[in-house]
Amino acid sequence: MSAASSIRQWLDDRFGWDELMAFVRHKTVPTHRFSYFYFLGGMTLFLFGIQVVTGILLLLYYRPTPDGAFESVQYIMTNVRFGWLIRSIHSWGANVMILTAIAHMFSVFFLKSYRKPRELTWLSGMILLFLVLGFGFSGYLLPWNMLSLFATKVGTDMAAQVPVIGHWILVFLRGGDDVSGATLTRFFGIHVAILPGLATLFIGLHLFLVQRFGMSVPPSIEAEWKAHPEKAREVRFFPNFFLRELMAWYVALGALGCLAAFRPWELGAKADLFGSAPAGIRPEWYFMFMFQTLRFLPAKIGPIAGDLLGVLVFGLAGAVWTFLPFFDNDKGGRGKRWIAGLGVFALAYFVGMTAYAYLAK
Amino acid sequence: MEREFGVRLSLESGGKIGLVDGALGLCARIFVACLFCGVLFLFSASRLAAQTKNTCLDCHSQLDAPYHVDPAEYSQSIHAQKGITCAGCHGGDPTSSDMDKAMSKAAGFKGRPERKQVPEFCARCHGDAAYMRGFNPSLRTDQYSQYLTSVHGKLLAKGDDKVAVCIDCHGVHDIQPPNDPRARVYPVNVAHTCGACHANADYMKPYKIPTNQLALYDTSVHHKALVEGGDLSAPTCSTCHGSHGAAPPGVSSVVNVCSTCHVFQAELFDSSPHKDAFATLGLPGCVTCHSNHGILHPTDAFIGTSDDAICMKCHSSGDPGYEAADKIHAQLVKLDASITRSREILNTAEQAGVEVGQPKMELDQARDDLTKARVSIHSVSLSKVEENLEAGFKVTEATFKAGQAALGEASYRRRGLALSLIFIFATVLGLYLFIRQLERKPS
Amino acid sequence: MQPTDPQPKQPARRRFVEFLLGGGLLASAVSFLYPVLRYIIPPKLAELGSNLVLAGHVGDLRPNSGKIFRFGNRPGILILTSDNKYYALSAVCTHLGCTVQYRPDLAEVWCPCHNGKYTVTGANISGPPPRPLEKFDVILKGNDIYAQRTRNS
Repeated sequence: MSAASSIRQWLDDRFGWDELMAFVRHKTVPTHRFSYFYFLGGMTLFLFGIQVVTGILLLLYYRPTPDGAFESVQYIMTNVRFGWLIRSIHSWGANVMILTAIAHMFSVFFLKSYRKPRELTWLSGMILLFLVLGFGFSGYLLPWNMLSLFATKVGTDMAAQVPVIGHWILVFLRGGDDVSGATLTRFFGIHVAILPGLATLFIGLHLFLVQRFGMSVPPSIEAEWKAHPEKAREVRFFPNFFLRELMAWYVALGALGCLAAFRPWELGAKADLFGSAPAGIRPEWYFMFMFQTLRFLPAKIGPIAGDLLGVLVFGLAGAVWTFLPFFDNDKGGRGKRWIAGLGVFALAYFVGMTAYAYLAK
Repeated sequence: MEREFGVRLSLESGGKIGLVDGALGLCARIFVACLFCGVLFLFSASRLAAQTKNTCLDCHSQLDAPYHVDPAEYSQSIHAQKGITCAGCHGGDPTSSDMDKAMSKAAGFKGRPERKQVPEFCARCHGDAAYMRGFNPSLRTDQYSQYLTSVHGKLLAKGDDKVAVCIDCHGVHDIQPPNDPRARVYPVNVAHTCGACHANADYMKPYKIPTNQLALYDTSVHHKALVEGGDLSAPTCSTCHGSHGAAPPGVSSVVNVCSTCHVFQAELFDSSPHKDAFATLGLPGCVTCHSNHGILHPTDAFIGTSDDAICMKCHSSGDPGYEAADKIHAQLVKLDASITRSREILNTAEQAGVEVGQPKMELDQARDDLTKARVSIHSVSLSKVEENLEAGFKVTEATFKAGQAALGEASYRRRGLALSLIFIFATVLGLYLFIRQLERKPS
Repeated sequence: MQPTDPQPKQPARRRFVEFLLGGGLLASAVSFLYPVLRYIIPPKLAELGSNLVLAGHVGDLRPNSGKIFRFGNRPGILILTSDNKYYALSAVCTHLGCTVQYRPDLAEVWCPCHNGKYTVTGANISGPPPRPLEKFDVILKGNDIYAQRTRNS
């Protein structure tokens, strides 16, 4: 017996390796004109992996205290060999990952992959999206510069708008009434322990569900293939689809490298808790559409504060979106159209508001 | 301090509130007038902050100029805050609402002093050390004796009452201490206060002295530091001319005035050949090159042999001064250019993504050295200037090297990226071909 | 017509692709791992202190003298007085930011720009400076003299 096959035998005796491999070998991916969207999920997972690796490397030098945070990031950027690369990849990677996560969500939405039996896959995915946004928000404070300090102030202020429990949420997030060193410690704990733990759980669940139900085929393709079964196409996941994914992942790595080398992430000015807000503070781009909406709302709409109404509407929209599969009863016709319309509106709103926020500056 | 209302006073001194009866006579009418004032006072918005009897304002707040005094204004003033009533300066009886009693000579009423009498008037208290100790032991009490030595004081003694007296600078009923921003003698406001006369060409006509000082001062670095920068230590008129003993510093003593802050420059000047040369020519130190009121931020162009160089006012081609000026100018400009060069390369490196905070901080040291060199030109000695410049050049050389290293690092990163991109491209191409191969239908 | 036997070309072609893929994977893996390995190795300068900094060593200063050291991103001044006490202050003058120096003839800290004067404990006693100099705690550890930012929240 060769070394490889004796190892295989060892694994099979204990873990049912052969059965597992059989599953992997037989897993297929349907191919049609929308197949390229299937890459987005795997890309998000890959980028998450990059974030974990670069994040762990940054942990070797980062210090989560108001006296040490900025200096340790400066140290990483200037003194640690390739520190600039690891740090910039982490910062850029975060943004690219959030972009692919959102794109993945919208593609699943428009391709209607959330239909029965995949409702929980959608739900776990939405939870993952919120976790990822939480990663973004908590991570943004860690370099402890003026922009991140004030973006955190503004962001947590918005959290306080939630009725009844808003103030409690604010105090819980900030570790006190104001943004301070306590907030930094807390966000650090959230960013490197709590969120990774939760994310691991939900990624595991999400991936299991995806494997369990296989890849969904969009309704239009489904109909086509029903009518003409000979047109149905699929490829083996391993190695065909996976090798293609690998190509995409490599290109993404190259892109991250270029971003790190040509557009390194800046240090900024060290956060000064007593300083006044610098001009042009704003949250990161993925929160901009909400930020811009709240800027548009007047101070009071009838008896309700404008901000409160905005937060409530976003909350409601988020809830509807999250529980979407339970609204889409798959009966087709008018039901299908209003959901598709909702999706188009949501995407247009997101893109439009974000673009406006940047161009109107 | 007791609080007394005008009405109650009237009641106490006069008896009943009653109807006016023409047969009661002048006393009754006066009494009623006081009552009327008292009632008015009750309904007026003001109340004396210093809670002493001060009935003077009851009437004087209602009268027209020149008898008008604004009670609100007075109550904010430092005298009122310290509990001094009108009688404190003007004499009389502030507790009485009877005009005759209140302003009687017997009660010591002095009335309104003439301008010529004002300094003595104020000095009655402000020159009495024992009295002033009761209010603020650290206040000076020599203002009057200083004033007598000033140009203003001397001219006043000769009978000229157009000159400044205490009230012209400090105000009359709205006097604030000099450290209060509302004071006319608060450092930021001093130039404007002096300029009220000294910038008024018509008013100053008889004196035949320039009236452009305020305009010139407003263009100066000192004005900028004081008014725009909020630096209260920056000089204004009184800093150099004195306040109470105001007089222009003489030609021979200007250097002493400037050297209170600009010590180094004065020391260097004193040990330079210019000191004796200027003294012989009767030229004031400092002012000859920098002017007195319109002191602008000096530039490297001040020194040298070009047309706007100040040296050329006295020196001419060929003399040792000319040679020195020429060389010094060249060296200063050289270091300045070197600093700019270093700064530019560091900025370029920063733009390329390399962190250069440390060399940038070190470059500030070179700027300090250049400043020291510019100070040392007052010795008009090339060797002294070069001493400071040398240190600066060392720094700019080191930081320029750091900048080059940073650019090298940037280039290293790009090359590394290019290399890894080649590998990535090779892998992607390999994957693509492999997939194609894998999926090709066997023939 | 007989189809040309493609066999001889295939192995070469296949080998080329395998070589390209394998080589690319290996080379790119190295180009990813190399920076990571260099990163993990700690640099010579252990930390960019902004709170605790080595200001000098015993013997660097004679009594009644001072020297400038780097504290974070700004200069600091370490003074040894004639009665052998160490003081550490920020060397940034509170007037317009010039770097101060120690004057042994005055036993005071002096700013050459506008003649501002401070005591060795940082109090501004003469001239334009509006505020005292920031004081640092001096910690002696063996032969090393450390300056530490005074702890206050």
